[in-house]
Amino acid sequence: MGRFWSLLFLLVPILGVGTFVWAMAGWWPMHGHWLPENINAHGGVIDSLFMFILVLTGVIFIATTLAMFWFMWRYDGGANRDPVAFTHGSHTLEVVWSILPAATLVFIAIYQMNAWADHKMRRPKLPSGEMKPPLAEVMGRQFEWRIRYAGEDGIVGTSDDVQLVNDLHLPLNEEIVLAIKSADVLHSFFLPNLRVKQDVVPGMKQYVWFQPTKEGVYDIVCAELCGWGHYKMRGRVTIESREKFNTWLSQRAIEQNQAGYTPEPVESE
Amino acid sequence: MSAVSLPAHHEAHGEHTMSVGEFINTYIFSRDHKIIGIQFLFSTLLWFLVGGLLALGIRWQLAWPWSNMPVIGPMLFSAEGGQISPEFYTTLFTMHATVMIFFVIIPILAGAFGNYLIPLMIGADDMAFPTLNMLSYWFMWPAFMCIGMSFLWPPYGAGSGWTSYPPLSAVPEAHPNSGFPQTMWLLGVTCVGISSMLGSVNYMTTIIQMRAPGMTMFRLPLAIWSMFITAILQAFALPVLTAAGLMQLSDRLIGTGFFLPEGLSVNNGPMATGGGQPILWQHLFWFYSHPAVYIMILPAMGMVSDIISCFARKPIFGYKPMVYSISGIAGLGFIVWGHHMFVSGMNPLLGMTFMVSTMMIALPSAVKVFNWLGTIWGGQIQYTTPMLFALSFVSMFIIGGLSGVFMAATPVDIFIHDTYFIVAHFHYVLFAGTAMAVFGAIYFWFPKMFGRMMDENLGKIHFFLTFIFLNGTFFTMHILGAVGFPRRLADPYDYETFKHLLPMNQFMSICAILMVSSQIIFAFNFIYSMFFGAPVGRNPWGANSLEWFAPSPPGHGNFDAQPIVYRGPYEYGSPEVDTDNYPQWIPPPADERRRVAPTQH
Repeated sequence: MGRFWSLLFLLVPILGVGTFVWAMAGWWPMHGHWLPENINAHGGVIDSLFMFILVLTGVIFIATTLAMFWFMWRYDGGANRDPVAFTHGSHTLEVVWSILPAATLVFIAIYQMNAWADHKMRRPKLPSGEMKPPLAEVMGRQFEWRIRYAGEDGIVGTSDDVQLVNDLHLPLNEEIVLAIKSADVLHSFFLPNLRVKQDVVPGMKQYVWFQPTKEGVYDIVCAELCGWGHYKMRGRVTIESREKFNTWLSQRAIEQNQAGYTPEPVESE
Repeated sequence: MSAVSLPAHHEAHGEHTMSVGEFINTYIFSRDHKIIGIQFLFSTLLWFLVGGLLALGIRWQLAWPWSNMPVIGPMLFSAEGGQISPEFYTTLFTMHATVMIFFVIIPILAGAFGNYLIPLMIGADDMAFPTLNMLSYWFMWPAFMCIGMSFLWPPYGAGSGWTSYPPLSAVPEAHPNSGFPQTMWLLGVTCVGISSMLGSVNYMTTIIQMRAPGMTMFRLPLAIWSMFITAILQAFALPVLTAAGLMQLSDRLIGTGFFLPEGLSVNNGPMATGGGQPILWQHLFWFYSHPAVYIMILPAMGMVSDIISCFARKPIFGYKPMVYSISGIAGLGFIVWGHHMFVSGMNPLLGMTFMVSTMMIALPSAVKVFNWLGTIWGGQIQYTTPMLFALSFVSMFIIGGLSGVFMAATPVDIFIHDTYFIVAHFHYVLFAGTAMAVFGAIYFWFPKMFGRMMDENLGKIHFFLTFIFLNGTFFTMHILGAVGFPRRLADPYDYETFKHLLPMNQFMSICAILMVSSQIIFAFNFIYSMFFGAPVGRNPWGANSLEWFAPSPPGHGNFDAQPIVYRGPYEYGSPEVDTDNYPQWIPPPADERRRVAPTQH
């Protein structure tokens, strides 16, 4: 039976690697079962770091599980006639297999730091050297995303703000800064296609930044448990050209601020 | 419990019938570490069943959202017409995690196996503090009651996740389930903490003070080393959780503001006094719960080392590096908690330091894996059921360990945080790792506990099915995680990004149902073998450590002769003797020329 069990353990690397390759290739029935399309100019770094770690851990995974299979096959007590190797270990080996992984792990950690700083610490600046102000403020609330754009005064948080729910529009190919807040409990502002995720915490104001590179409509997901309706806290982010964005924003401002205005019927999605 | 033999001194009195008082003292409020261990084992296995069924509820909703559960649905959710409601879904995953972590894994490792094995393996007649030991079991019962009440009282079960993040958990208006059930949940977890604390004091004292003559620290089996280190972790980390739990209780009940910012009002509820910070809870909670992750794996690693060495018939490879890596994991375990909080709003600069410490904790784990592989290299592997489970622990721990590197890398964590990638990771460590090791340990020490073997054929079928279906359930979760599929959503298919993942979730749910069903074989084997299994002698596996010197099952006081320890527990295949095992209690050969100089590694 030793041979049977060794082969069962050989399935671990074969099926493990197979599943990942299959998903990456998107073959039937696993179409689209991989990283969703990245539309953030800074998101490619995250994807390539993901792939870097995947390849590195994949090599270690294949090597260790194959070694395990081979030892199980070769030293199966039912077939192996060699006497037991009476050894208590090897100092040299211990040193080697401590130092190699240690160096690799420190390398991975240091290699990631710049990308982390770009995403979470180096907020874009204006040419004048000041921090770039947020284009809009997104506030999580059970169970919706409330969005405010600056009105005519150009400042978010005043009475002439353009206010929307779950409908975020952003201009294409610009460095976007958003302020994110929470009105009640924890939420997490997750834009899968833009590789952005940040928990929003009541009592704290935080900023996220990214640069969308493709037009379209994408999901805003809440990724931190926020109550019974957590699953339906879904927003949409529409990426469009600057002109379309400006038209859209001024249209919303008119709808919101002019009494008696009837919007023209728009085609539903 | 009738398979547990009467304590030895009772038998000496000949025809002796037990009075009710004696029965209660022997089997219920027992101070004997073996009975307490078995009490822990039975309680945790029953909770294991509860936790498994809760998981199936989650899987049902994810595979067939909002559809009526056959048969049980109408009984449980008659008001919703047999559907799982979204608030009940939050209860399902909260309770699944709570039950599995606090009522199964921690007590089955420390409570059941720690209690049963520590005195036997170090050659002591019992724990240092038998009454404290009894209390550590009976403090689990208030916890069972609290969680039971949390579940059975309207509105049925706490639903803030097992992490219980405020404000959701601290403000009663935030959630329909955040009233009475949440308070009961907090009290229950606090009681588990007291139980673990009593146990850990006992384990440390016993291991330091009560070892048999000749049993030096470096002759302890690795199972005992890991339990010793685990006890230290519990003693240092638990007070923080207890304090945090009481702070959250006072936020809920008497209006303090440890975790609530000023002016916070949820769902038009009253304004909080404020002055607090929600992230403070996360720091306190993970300061306990990250070491707790190692509390949930280290004893499993220790027991697996013993099983692998025994069935490879070969000394463990690198005993001392194994001990040092257990200690290294425990030490680093205290400075990595922030990796749960990379995107929580914690200062991102702190994220960098936590990334480095988290990466480094992968090192001792890697050393352990290499040493296990070194142990089976050059051996004579016997494929018994305990060995298969132990080998699968190693194989699955490789997956669980490597997938952790993804989350440790902060930029990658931005994308996969709170997705199914992390769900895959910790199920590989906790189910495919720890639970498989626990199965192996049950098969391995069952003959000692009950004096009878478990059926090997049924055991292998149980292993085969569990191994296949657990990978079907959990490996695919990595793929979901790569798409960004978030955890804890009652219906993720509303999102365009995740719509197409339904068929894969159905595949996983079918595997999960089959995996839980396979445990029927285990339950049958366990109960049947307790009464009808083949009776065994003292040392059915030909193992080396001291518990196999005692009768099976051992009577009160454990050993019928004082064990003297001459060597470490892993001397298999030693040239000093003709047998392939060389137990710790056998004196060295009289002929000095046969003796082999001990090697140090």
